[in-house]
Amino acid sequence: MPKIEISVERCKGCERCNDACPAKILGMTQKLNARGYSYAQVNDRRKCLGCRLCAINCPDLAIEVFAEGTTYEFFHY
Amino acid sequence: MAKVLMKGNEAIGEAAIRAGCVHFFGYPITPQSEVPEYLAKRLPEVGGKFVQAESEVAASNMIYGAAGVGVRVLTTSSSPGISLMSEALSYIAACELPVVVVNVMRSGPGLGGILPAQSDYLHATKGTAHGDFKMIVLAPASVQEAVNLVILAFELAEKYLNPVMVIGDGMIGQMMEPVEFPVEGVGKPLDPGNWALTGCKGRGKRIINSLYLDPEICYRHNLKLTAKYEEIRKAEQRFDTYNTDGPYDLLVTAFGMTSRIARTAIDELAQEGQRVALFRPITLNPFPYEALRAAASKAKRVLDLEMNMGQMLQDVRMALGPDAAIDFFGTAGGVVPSPDQCREKMLESISKTGSRPKAKGARRNP
Amino acid sequence: MRKVFASTAGLTDRPTHYCPGCTHGIIHRMVGEVIEDLGIRERTVGIAPVGCSVLAYEYFNCDMFEASHGRAPAVATGAKRARPDIIVFSYQGDGDLASIGMGEIIHTANRGEKVTVIFVNNAIYGMTGGQLAPTTMPGQYSTTTPRGRDVRDCGYPVKMAEIIAQLTTPAFVARGSTHTPREIIATKALIKKAFEYQVAGTCFSLVEVLSICPTNWGLSVRESEKWLEREMLPYYPLGVKKRPEDFAEVSADAKH
Repeated sequence: MPKIEISVERCKGCERCNDACPAKILGMTQKLNARGYSYAQVNDRRKCLGCRLCAINCPDLAIEVFAEGTTYEFFHY
Repeated sequence: MAKVLMKGNEAIGEAAIRAGCVHFFGYPITPQSEVPEYLAKRLPEVGGKFVQAESEVAASNMIYGAAGVGVRVLTTSSSPGISLMSEALSYIAACELPVVVVNVMRSGPGLGGILPAQSDYLHATKGTAHGDFKMIVLAPASVQEAVNLVILAFELAEKYLNPVMVIGDGMIGQMMEPVEFPVEGVGKPLDPGNWALTGCKGRGKRIINSLYLDPEICYRHNLKLTAKYEEIRKAEQRFDTYNTDGPYDLLVTAFGMTSRIARTAIDELAQEGQRVALFRPITLNPFPYEALRAAASKAKRVLDLEMNMGQMLQDVRMALGPDAAIDFFGTAGGVVPSPDQCREKMLESISKTGSRPKAKGARRNP
Repeated sequence: MRKVFASTAGLTDRPTHYCPGCTHGIIHRMVGEVIEDLGIRERTVGIAPVGCSVLAYEYFNCDMFEASHGRAPAVATGAKRARPDIIVFSYQGDGDLASIGMGEIIHTANRGEKVTVIFVNNAIYGMTGGQLAPTTMPGQYSTTTPRGRDVRDCGYPVKMAEIIAQLTTPAFVARGSTHTPREIIATKALIKKAFEYQVAGTCFSLVEVLSICPTNWGLSVRESEKWLEREMLPYYPLGVKKRPEDFAEVSADAKH
């Protein structure tokens, strides 16, 4: 099942990934990272499509996306 | 080596090629436009690149780019154009890049005129632009010397990774004199060393930058630059003297073409038993203070001749101190002093020293 | 598990100083990705401007210049003419390129320098704290248009892509945006095309990229994206403005 990893320290809490996720499974923590930003988190791993839109919409390279087996490339990036 | 009769501006362009510089970025402005014209024809013949920029501001940033990727590069302009290049010269000095800039001076300030002047002395040596930096500044007094100093300029620019300015007045650019080029064909290219941006293949990335937001780092960089300028001050002072072997009553200080006019007057006065010597700085920066002090110590009085309102005069005063007897005669606006005018001023200065002319030869009728 | 999205070798791993949600970071990433995809990182020299992206020389993982304000295209000209084998790009904001550097960009494009210019248009001066830019929208507030940009006083916003496209010299000119993932993806294709033209030695290329500036627009990230879509998009239409192929007959004539 595809999944993403969010770098707690690189995230600036801009919430762009939340908006980009078609499955609407991303939210923000209440905790703060070292720079005082609340950072993004995955609320429901099971629905992740591995579509990469969260990472594409992230200005800070804070998200890496992993997948296994066959994945559908909804778009070419 | 055959001598060839050449216009100063063209000789300057050819000298750059002989020094290994085959990249030129410039802009037309009287009285130096023959340099870009000449190089537009010549550079393609030697596999070089010529670009006429849209302004001197652009040209000065193009040489920043070319030097930054590790090639010898030249730009030439005249007074107002050189003013436009000021900011880039500060960046080039801060980034320690080797460039050669030639200023064929015209009268100022403002649009000024197109006739010769020397009124950019302070801009070149003291106040080129913002920040504590210096250029090496070389002042030729003939077309041959302009050739020699352009070639030297490329050596010094590479040696110290610093902008070097060759500064001549309009006459240097416009007149024709026989010249000899000490080097045949195209000189050797620049050694890009370990600083040029050639693409980071096989090494870590390099950055050419003069932004230092951290004050400590910026301060340390200033100290490093200042140490370099001190090294230059010790090693690169050049000057020329004339008629200084015997005792003399008056020492004339002058640079560039003014010194040649002064020499004519000095020769005439010598026939009338007047002992006048000449001190001519070749490096306006680093200025030869000690040498000037030594030359002036043998004279009763000093007369500074310039085609401006008294700019090198400040360095002459700095060299000789507040109580030195220094007279000044300067023309500006493109008015070139005549030998007779210089002769009169020299006699005036001599009369203040109270010494009698040695009755050697009959007085030359004017 | 294999990685299907990771940071690009075209960027250093240094976190950026940009404000949260600012799309400079995305544009940097796409340029870095293109440089990596085309395998040109080791022969690329980039030029950072003065403005928010002044520190770009820390972020791009290739040789970098820092240019004085507005002069990056001239620096690019000097570098490319001196070393034609390197890939040269300048990354500039709207104050740098369309205001103080207007002369440089017009003439660099008009000479047809084989360089690539990434022009970020966020309709404001960011680094210096929100002043009027040439691209600031009519009525848009800025610290130097406290009553909103009055076109009778400071004219209309400048459409750089269209202006450059007017020049006769062949070039690739396009405008993209970053206010939605879809436009980000489309913009990356434009940036890649621009660099490909340089790699092929074909022509000058410029991509204008609309970008948000939540901090100086005084809006949230979401509101900024909406504002860009509602206010800027109609005025700055996206798409390719000019391609060298359109000029096949001009360049052919030039040969006779």
